[in-house]
Amino acid sequence: MNIIISNSDPRPIYQQVGEAIRGAVISGELSPGDALPSIRGLAKDLRISVITTKRAFEELEREGYIETVPGKGSFVSGASASLLRERRLSEIEEHLRRALELGRSCGVTPEELTKMLKTLSEEDI
Amino acid sequence: MNAIEVRDVSKSYPGFTLSNIHFTLPEGCILGLVGENGAGKSTLIRLLMGASGANSGQLRVLDADVTAPDFTKTKDSIGVVLDEAHFPTSLNAKQLGRIMAGTYSRWDQAVYDGYLKRLDLPEKKRIKDFSRGMRMKLALACALSHDARLLVLDEPTGGLDPMVRDEILDILEDFTRREDRSVLISSHIVSDLEKLCDYIAFLHKGKLLLFEEKDRLLEDYAMARITEAELEALPKAAVKGERRGKYGVEALVDRRLAPAGVALEKPTLEDIIVFFARGDKE
Repeated sequence: MNIIISNSDPRPIYQQVGEAIRGAVISGELSPGDALPSIRGLAKDLRISVITTKRAFEELEREGYIETVPGKGSFVSGASASLLRERRLSEIEEHLRRALELGRSCGVTPEELTKMLKTLSEEDI
Repeated sequence: MNAIEVRDVSKSYPGFTLSNIHFTLPEGCILGLVGENGAGKSTLIRLLMGASGANSGQLRVLDADVTAPDFTKTKDSIGVVLDEAHFPTSLNAKQLGRIMAGTYSRWDQAVYDGYLKRLDLPEKKRIKDFSRGMRMKLALACALSHDARLLVLDEPTGGLDPMVRDEILDILEDFTRREDRSVLISSHIVSDLEKLCDYIAFLHKGKLLLFEEKDRLLEDYAMARITEAELEALPKAAVKGERRGKYGVEALVDRRLAPAGVALEKPTLEDIIVFFARGDKE
């Protein structure tokens, strides 16, 4: 799993850590039941604060992505992959709805939007 | 458990007062102590080591009162690196190790030898022929080799080149992988502390201006580069310090109190320290 902490990223460090772990779960790199690195070990390897790492884990736990077993460490929770996908889907829907609204406000048709999306995704590759 | 507890501590010398210092460092954390020359950093460290007595207040280190007669027992678990190492200069590193073995009850020769190697320190060269950087590294090797639970480092990275400084930061990160180990490190080089520390304490003219979790500081405060008029429009409480220039103002602001719409930039720890000091002056 890669976790890149960037100073130029406007998000606080605990969010960057959380997002990297969420990303690893959604891409299937981490599966339900997989053990996460220890908070202290991860903090030292990333050269970030232990308190910040703890905060990232607490947030992931609250959101239901990971579970912490006292004395054993933290694990990817069973429901997290599908949970994450669900949330991401509704996020995507929200963005698309917003694009539609913007389009409507200046006369861009859904067909043209689809074409734009297609062009954009081809550019990425 | 707490590694360090300082409760309402004051200490006066002619011309200098350390006043009402109060903070707690939980076990397993790294505390960065920042402050200008004469801010009281070394005075505070001396108080913590029981080397001088406070006028009022209480200091506890590793759960022991520093004024208690058996505090010397606790010192066995404290590794100290002061900004000038006072080793007998006619010895070499190997001989020094033998002396340390007689001083500390849990001295670990293998660990010491490992650090000498890792830090590129020659065993046979006499200490008087060591450079300043080498002496600092040697002091660090000693402090790390007797199974200490608290490291106290006074300006350990001063005068060292960036590669060695980075190596030392790595070693300190490794040292605190174990949960019962803590570090107090004072430094002028704020960027070193920005990388390393969990907490930041900022001493300024004998007062503790800040004691805060480092990442909270970086999240809660921001730099605003604005005009005089925009500065006047900000709520007074939101502005922690400012620098007025000919063409605009730089200000450190509390994100939580700044109105939406003000363009804010991520600060560095150095920004926060410098502007807090400026704010204190005004």
